[in-house]
Amino acid sequence: MLTLTFLLSGTLLAATPLLIAALGELVVEKSGILNLSIEGMMAFGAVIGFIVVTKTDGYWLAIAVGGLAGSALSVVFGAVVLVTLGNQVATGIAVGILGLGLSALIGQPFESSTVAPMAKVAIPVLSQLPIVGRGLFNHPAIVYLAPVLAFAIWFMLMKTKVGLIIRAVGESPESAHAIGYNVNAVRFAAILFGGFLAGVAGAFISIASTTLWANGLIAGRGWIVVALVVFATWRSGRIVIGAYLFGAATIGELLVQSFGIAIPSQLLTSIPFIATIVAIVLLSMDGRSIRLNAPVSLGRVYQVTQ
Amino acid sequence: MKASSDATISSSDRDQEAPLLELVGVTKAFPAVLANDDVSLRIQPGEIRAILGENGAGKSTLVKIIYGVLVPDAGEIRWRGEKVAIRNPAHARALGIGMVFQHFSLFETLTVAENISLATAQSPAELEPAIVEFGDRFGLPVEPRALVHSLSVGERQRVEIIRCLLQDPRLIIMDEPTSVLPPSGIPPLFETIRKLTEQGRAVLFISHKLEEIRSLCHQATVMRGGKVIASVDPAKETNESLAHLMIGRDIPHPEREAATPAENAAMAVRGLTYTPPDPFGTILRDISLSLHPGEIVGIAGVSGNGQRELAAVLSGETMLPSSRRDQVVIDGNACGDIDSGKRRSLGLAFVPEERNGRGAVPEMDLTKNALLTAHSFGLTKRGFIQRPAARAFAERCIAEMDVRCGGWDAEARSLSGGNLQKYIIGREIRLQPQILIASQPTWGVDVGAAAAIRQQLVDLRDGGVAILVISEELEELLEIADRLHVLFRGHLSPSIERARANTTLIGDFMTGGFLAADQAPGTASL
Amino acid sequence: MIKMPWVIETKSHRSPYAPLLAPLVAVAITVCTGIILLSLRGVPPGKALFFLYFSPFSSAFNISEVFLKMAPLLLIAQGLAIGFRAKVWNIGAEGQLLLGAIGASLLPIFFNDSQNPLMLPAMALIGGCFGMAWAGIAAWVRVRFNANEILVTLMLNSIALQLLFYLVAGPLRDPFGFNFPQSALFPEVGMLPILVDGLRVNISIFFAVIVTLLAWLFVERSMIGYKLEVGGTAPDAARYAGFGEGRAIWIALLIGGAAAGLAGAFEAAGPLGQLQRNISPGYGFAAIIVAFLGGLRAIGILFAAFFMAVIFVGGDIAQTSAGVPFAVNIVLQGVLLVTYLAARVFVDYRVRFGTKRRLPEGAH
Repeated sequence: MLTLTFLLSGTLLAATPLLIAALGELVVEKSGILNLSIEGMMAFGAVIGFIVVTKTDGYWLAIAVGGLAGSALSVVFGAVVLVTLGNQVATGIAVGILGLGLSALIGQPFESSTVAPMAKVAIPVLSQLPIVGRGLFNHPAIVYLAPVLAFAIWFMLMKTKVGLIIRAVGESPESAHAIGYNVNAVRFAAILFGGFLAGVAGAFISIASTTLWANGLIAGRGWIVVALVVFATWRSGRIVIGAYLFGAATIGELLVQSFGIAIPSQLLTSIPFIATIVAIVLLSMDGRSIRLNAPVSLGRVYQVTQ
Repeated sequence: MKASSDATISSSDRDQEAPLLELVGVTKAFPAVLANDDVSLRIQPGEIRAILGENGAGKSTLVKIIYGVLVPDAGEIRWRGEKVAIRNPAHARALGIGMVFQHFSLFETLTVAENISLATAQSPAELEPAIVEFGDRFGLPVEPRALVHSLSVGERQRVEIIRCLLQDPRLIIMDEPTSVLPPSGIPPLFETIRKLTEQGRAVLFISHKLEEIRSLCHQATVMRGGKVIASVDPAKETNESLAHLMIGRDIPHPEREAATPAENAAMAVRGLTYTPPDPFGTILRDISLSLHPGEIVGIAGVSGNGQRELAAVLSGETMLPSSRRDQVVIDGNACGDIDSGKRRSLGLAFVPEERNGRGAVPEMDLTKNALLTAHSFGLTKRGFIQRPAARAFAERCIAEMDVRCGGWDAEARSLSGGNLQKYIIGREIRLQPQILIASQPTWGVDVGAAAAIRQQLVDLRDGGVAILVISEELEELLEIADRLHVLFRGHLSPSIERARANTTLIGDFMTGGFLAADQAPGTASL
Repeated sequence: MIKMPWVIETKSHRSPYAPLLAPLVAVAITVCTGIILLSLRGVPPGKALFFLYFSPFSSAFNISEVFLKMAPLLLIAQGLAIGFRAKVWNIGAEGQLLLGAIGASLLPIFFNDSQNPLMLPAMALIGGCFGMAWAGIAAWVRVRFNANEILVTLMLNSIALQLLFYLVAGPLRDPFGFNFPQSALFPEVGMLPILVDGLRVNISIFFAVIVTLLAWLFVERSMIGYKLEVGGTAPDAARYAGFGEGRAIWIALLIGGAAAGLAGAFEAAGPLGQLQRNISPGYGFAAIIVAFLGGLRAIGILFAAFFMAVIFVGGDIAQTSAGVPFAVNIVLQGVLLVTYLAARVFVDYRVRFGTKRRLPEGAH
């Protein structure tokens, strides 16, 4: 029973940052921009959040500052992609490398140090449930907030004017410009928002999940986030499902060990990456669904005419 | 501007009032062209004003300036007597200027109400009753909750007009609004436009179709080469006199004699049924068609009825599964499943409707663009490009077709649409095809070049080439085609001989008139 | 609407010198950033400049190190650039390099006593094939299932790294190696000949230069190269012309994989002489930057690879002599690519400051 508790809680802890960052990326991609620098933004948020906790003990402050760190990096991305019309794939990779380098550099004095984990909020009654209670309902508040955020973003995208504008800009920046929207302003805002959530996700990992800083902490999660959005064919509901599935896959190692099966640890570490490839392959076969949901202008350079 | 609330204004009143919109010396330059050169004009409330000019005369640029999409380099805009700088379309709308675009600025994945909501302050739900009410009042029925990609082109235009009207504009700009309508759709549109002006609104009607301007507009401003050439009362003009003003000379017509097509089909389509992967595309249903050497067959129809899909299936850009390869036959060979390169080696040449990005690579020079389809005509050797040969090929195309450009090393995108089209057609003709398929061959091309292209097609026909022309310009097809088909919702009409072809019959076919007669939608026969 | 104080327009024609501007600006900014970063860590600016950018030329050994690191960067970047020009985003060179190293190591590990002079060419061949095969997975799922190659190649990087860890910890571990996660040392015939005695630079730099020439020929003169480029710049035009997209994806990824695999084989057979966990200090990622910095053109990449190798060696020297962390290297790589991509705007577009517009010459 302890194992199950451990697995459930491990899955939630692993899934939460994936979910948060993927929701941010969803908004960015819906506006027509492909941001591949999530890995770097998460790492930057992680190290900044970690330092804030080390210096001030303020966990929520760390989450907020981590998010701002992600946004700061996304300013660079947005400027290159929107102002100087840089190729989005290349710029994403470049800013990602920059973020990883900066976080390694800034985090060097803190390498391998730890912090106390973020305070847990046990949900009354539910956390007392047998078997699942402690696994599901005794976590930092952010774990519960993440699915709420997913709902909020779904509502924002599908039910509000702001969401309508973001979707319109993502489908046809030319038309949006023609009817009077400032395409680049909308996209810049989306990029900042996406960067913020990536930073929050990174900070969550370093101060609530692993509670330590080490170079390479993000370990490919940023890329899984990008894959998640593809996997979900740009729908928030599916991102939630996907994030928890991937969360489970990332703790596959623990799962298999708990059954006492002897498998090389390297193979277990590879499971999420293999799962990502399989997921992308399966989802990409459904071309029709992708065409219906994918933002039409995704990744395309848009040049404003004046 | 109290007059604008008056119900009707007589023609003489209009001239004395302060103008609704006045342009003084508006100038706009692009890197390669001076699009508007010292343009001045005044529009009175209640007026239907035509801006007449051929492709490239500067109409679109002028309209974009009035609507705030482009900023003029020089000149003054006065709105209701006051000087304004229209910063952007939102500002234009706030002033009371609305626009119905030629290439729609609608979002296909959104609903009608959502699309309209983007241009107004209300939510989609709040707008639904207003959409229905406006539809009733002005004869523009449309379902507010329908997704735009499911609408026909005519319905989309209604959405554009309603979206424009809901902002209660004083001036409505309509950019080539009839180009997307079947002949039967034009009188209702004109009725709608007249109703709009009854309340003192002015309409700026952009067109190059003389007949329409003469029947609808109070005043016509004629543009040529970015300048205003004349301002006339179109009712007092003839088509010929307007055309002369518009292009500076008479419209040339191709010289043609009756066709003498050969017995055996050069290309045939048999029971072609095709569902495109694009969910917004048109499904082709049981299309049969034959194309003989020495004839020009035209495919008419309102855009969005399957022209794009049909052209791609014929050219080989879209390949059919092997099991259905015999639905497309070239010279007796079933070839529905081979790509465009292999079809080219069977003697098929294709001129696509998009020049930049499809018929040519915009960033590459004309020499490299020659390689695109002519590479196997002695321009490569053992897999390596023979640059002198490619250059010579490009130079011959430029010379033979009188392409105005910077030479063989000019990038394709630096050419005007018409000149690039001439280059592409020249390239395809030099491949000495047995079959030539041309999609919108003169779309966006100036009158002189269009006439030259049409003459080329007729000459090729006389040389024994089988030619298929897919065009939305009915006048063009009536001028050059020996017989016609009409595409409607993916169905192809029976063939109409040239002698029988007239606007009424074709207009009927364009709205599906042929379906009730011989085949109901959905029935497939082989 | 926020009005920018400049206007970006499509160019009507481009100057042959404009493409040089972007890399020069990027290099200048990167050099300055390096000095600032080191200054912040207490290294005086003069010394920082010396460590990072002059010390790589300060001794024969350091110069040899520059060319040693330049070889894999150049090799991989040439392969990647061919793919990038076709807009096939192979981000998996790192993984393909690792697979190349693994493949090449099999011969010297299992035939450790061999004296056969054919071993080295065979290793290069196997390495290239392993790299190709690894990239081929991405090509296959892209062509067959339309799976995004960026994500697949990235995931394959992580999997390749785990595979290497597994192999050097188990099946390929040196049985007499005190349980260190590394293979046995290669025999003499499995090592690349050294160019100058006492230095580490080997003949791989010659191969890289030969590959550069071949890449130039392929990109600028061959019909296949042309077809790939059309596919990358105008996919609809490629379909119109009948240049198969699937074929282009296969070719682009296989060339990239082969080049990276070869680089991996040369790393194993060159400075390392064995298979070990840290076979690559991120060459696969750095080569992406090299490819872009070189403007995706063969000759440009030659210079870009040289500069990147200088950054690597300078970073190493700064690390050993001033205790500057390796992360500075990564930051500089990021700055280099970010500034390059931003500066491209001056190459690809016409940027006019101010809102007054000159009338074009020759307009009526």
